[in-house]
Amino acid sequence: MAIAPQIVRADAGTPPLVSIHDRGLGDVVYRGVILFFALCVPLLVVLVAWEIARAGWPALHRFGFSFLTSSEWNPVKQIFGAAPAIYGTLVSSAIALALAASLAIGVSVWLSEFSPRSLRQPVAFLVDLLAAIPSVVYGLWGIFVLLPVLRDPVMPFLRDRLGLGHTAFFAGPAYGPSMLAAGLILAIMILPYIASVSREVLLAVPRSQREAALALGATRWEAIWHAVLPHARTGILGGVILGLGRALGETMAVTMVIGNRPEISASLLAPGYTMASLIANEFSEASSDAHLSALMAVGFTLFVITIVVNAAARWLVWRVERGARVSA
Amino acid sequence: MPVPVLEFGSGVAARTGEARALTPPSVRPRLAVESLDAWFSAAQALRDVSLTVPDGTVTAIIGPSGCGKSTMLRCLNRMHETVPGARTEGHVLLDGRDLYARGVDPISVRQHIGMVFQRPTPFPTMSIRGNVAAGLRVRRPRPSRSECDAIVEQALQRAGLWDEVRNRLGASATALSGGQQQRLCIARALATRPEILLLDEPTASLDPVSTQAVEELVRDLRGDVTILIVTHNMQQAARVSDRTAFFLAGEMVELAPTERLFTSPSDPRTEAYITGRFG
Amino acid sequence: MSAGAAASRPSDRQRAVRDRTRRGLARRKVVNGIMLGVLGLCVVLVTLPLVLILAHLLRTGAGALDVAFFTRMPAPVGEREGGMANAIVGTLILVGVAAAVGVPVGVGAGVYVAERRGSWLATTVRFLSDVLNGLPSIVMGIFAWQFLVRPVGHFSALSGGVALGAMMIPMVTRTTEEMVRTVPVSLREAALALGYPRWRTALVVVLRTASAGIVTGALVALARVAGETAPLLFTAFGNQFWSTNVTQPIAALPLQIFTYAISPYDDWHRLAWAGALVLIAIILVLSLIARAATRNRFDASAGA
Repeated sequence: MAIAPQIVRADAGTPPLVSIHDRGLGDVVYRGVILFFALCVPLLVVLVAWEIARAGWPALHRFGFSFLTSSEWNPVKQIFGAAPAIYGTLVSSAIALALAASLAIGVSVWLSEFSPRSLRQPVAFLVDLLAAIPSVVYGLWGIFVLLPVLRDPVMPFLRDRLGLGHTAFFAGPAYGPSMLAAGLILAIMILPYIASVSREVLLAVPRSQREAALALGATRWEAIWHAVLPHARTGILGGVILGLGRALGETMAVTMVIGNRPEISASLLAPGYTMASLIANEFSEASSDAHLSALMAVGFTLFVITIVVNAAARWLVWRVERGARVSA
Repeated sequence: MPVPVLEFGSGVAARTGEARALTPPSVRPRLAVESLDAWFSAAQALRDVSLTVPDGTVTAIIGPSGCGKSTMLRCLNRMHETVPGARTEGHVLLDGRDLYARGVDPISVRQHIGMVFQRPTPFPTMSIRGNVAAGLRVRRPRPSRSECDAIVEQALQRAGLWDEVRNRLGASATALSGGQQQRLCIARALATRPEILLLDEPTASLDPVSTQAVEELVRDLRGDVTILIVTHNMQQAARVSDRTAFFLAGEMVELAPTERLFTSPSDPRTEAYITGRFG
Repeated sequence: MSAGAAASRPSDRQRAVRDRTRRGLARRKVVNGIMLGVLGLCVVLVTLPLVLILAHLLRTGAGALDVAFFTRMPAPVGEREGGMANAIVGTLILVGVAAAVGVPVGVGAGVYVAERRGSWLATTVRFLSDVLNGLPSIVMGIFAWQFLVRPVGHFSALSGGVALGAMMIPMVTRTTEEMVRTVPVSLREAALALGYPRWRTALVVVLRTASAGIVTGALVALARVAGETAPLLFTAFGNQFWSTNVTQPIAALPLQIFTYAISPYDDWHRLAWAGALVLIAIILVLSLIARAATRNRFDASAGA
């Protein structure tokens, strides 16, 4: 703490002013402490990347690029190709996006444009609540409610009644645990993230845009479609990509409903694997160092993919924020 | 029975409440500004300002918006430099000691000079008592609890707020009205017995009744505290101050005893401003 | 035809345009109505799963919930008197460790980013905080294993808590930064003008004013990590027995739910539902406390 200024009494003495060199222990400590904590963040990211890369290096080194492209994952034979897991991650996420994006955007549009004042808060709250449910609870519901429903009547309906079984996408036996189930659960789980970003972006569109369209004689829907949505397009895209990032990394719920089979199959009704569920499933029983290293390598791949996707999402949202500030 | 007064600086001799009004303001310049320049990044806000402020006087600073009055004030307690990119050159002498000398700690400077801002800024998480005593917490030696309470009471009395809040010193400061909050901020500044008190448009956001209360307060403090008050209200300047300085575009155009400045200004620009031709 | 007659009686062409416009308008209105319906359908479809899940959770979970659940230990299959007492306590301990790690770092980083806005380090920290936020929880889990479990040779509650704490950091950083930025500059100036050194200004004025929001942010983040399973799979690992030792494996609600859910035993399935209900209740309580904290502050400062 600063050294106390000498108290000079009465008379016309010069006022005691503390020299700058005496002060500042408090400031130095404070600045040091917050700097330290701030540095923990980049340190942590680097550490995570480093440790996982280091542990996964042996597998990557041994298999090279074929690690990502080979579809044989055989712990017994010590051959590890992560393609089924990568395929599964991408497909399940794609299904989830396809289902969730339009629904989430639809809800957001309704909330920002059409909903009556009284319903806005409760519905928004409900949508956000979806994000608060833990992954394992989704998985629990998935196993005991979703899978039975899928097994009978939904999947037979899709395959036989609708005749989709003729296509490669719905061929084969349908026992329940499947890519479709994983995609469905993922869709529910990423909904709130897309919806939340979309809602913010839509609310940020200036009222003048809507009013201008309406004044030109557009119906409310037309005003939204032609004036509001284009304005919000970039931000919504950012939200969708954010949802994708979430879907890519989701573990528990997927593990519980996807069937955990390291095979690539075109059929959505067949079980599969994702990178996250692969790790979750096999890590505890990793039989050898090679197996462990392979799992770490899968983890590193997942790490890199999610970083790239999330960075893209953040960049898009940042661009929208900056544009809004400039044009506001 | 006089309330005990604690001193934290020099220059203002110990006075009890009763003796205050009898001692005339001294003639020695308390504050002297020499060739002060100030910049906000590249834009120059003050040009070569020089003035002196005698002890115990009230000096008003008037001028149109953007003329640098607030900047001038903020340079006196080295608050100007807290803005990123801001810069000052020149000297400000408090009792002969340059506040801008190399090695002088701005924090220490601010402990000798009190400031009240345009908008009331009570600390929202502190009680009324806590707010008034806030400045005491960073003084050394730190007054004891009972000393603090005495100082708080005295400061609130000087600010004319004591009677209104004496029964709820522990209440949140944000429960007060705007005028009361501003007087609270004045009490907060007075509690540390500053040698100079800077008031930056203190009544700008207040209603007429509160404004009048604050002006009375300034008149009461005359002789006891050296005050500089920035105001865009010329009538207020005429009411409360001994001397008035007119600023225009970063320069001090004229500094004179208040009555003379308003009745027979020497500079045509001053005359133009006070007769309302611009501003 | 005279000019006057032409003006008062619309020509065939004008009539055609008017009819087309009317028909077009009618069709546009229909489209408008349809889209409104579609949007409403979206809302229903979105809220439906939530309602379904919560309803099922309540029904099945409440049915399996009794006092014994909170007081007993997990029992071997076949014995009906099982409980999750150790898992509940374990979750609380893990949350405590997570808070000890995540809150200081998050608040500190948040304050730094807020105070040093514009500096390259602050921007970097902010960006990397977002990166950290998007990291899959399983990746955090295997990192924690590699970094904290492997060198030591055994699982521990500490490693699990640290993994959860690391996941908390970005959330706390963001809310802290936002809260600190809402503190008006005038308050800072008032403190500085009183002669407060910068560090004291930051602590006494800024942090105290923003504290309610910061606490809320921390509680919300804690609520989120309390439900995480993946980071705990290879760190806390789970424990059949009662343990409060942070250097040993520890049971946790999400882990227990997972283990029971994928097991083939009906008894355990019922317990899994009960556990899920308790987990959601804990998360709900934490969120409500967080909301209450902000509301109290606003009430106190009302009338400013």
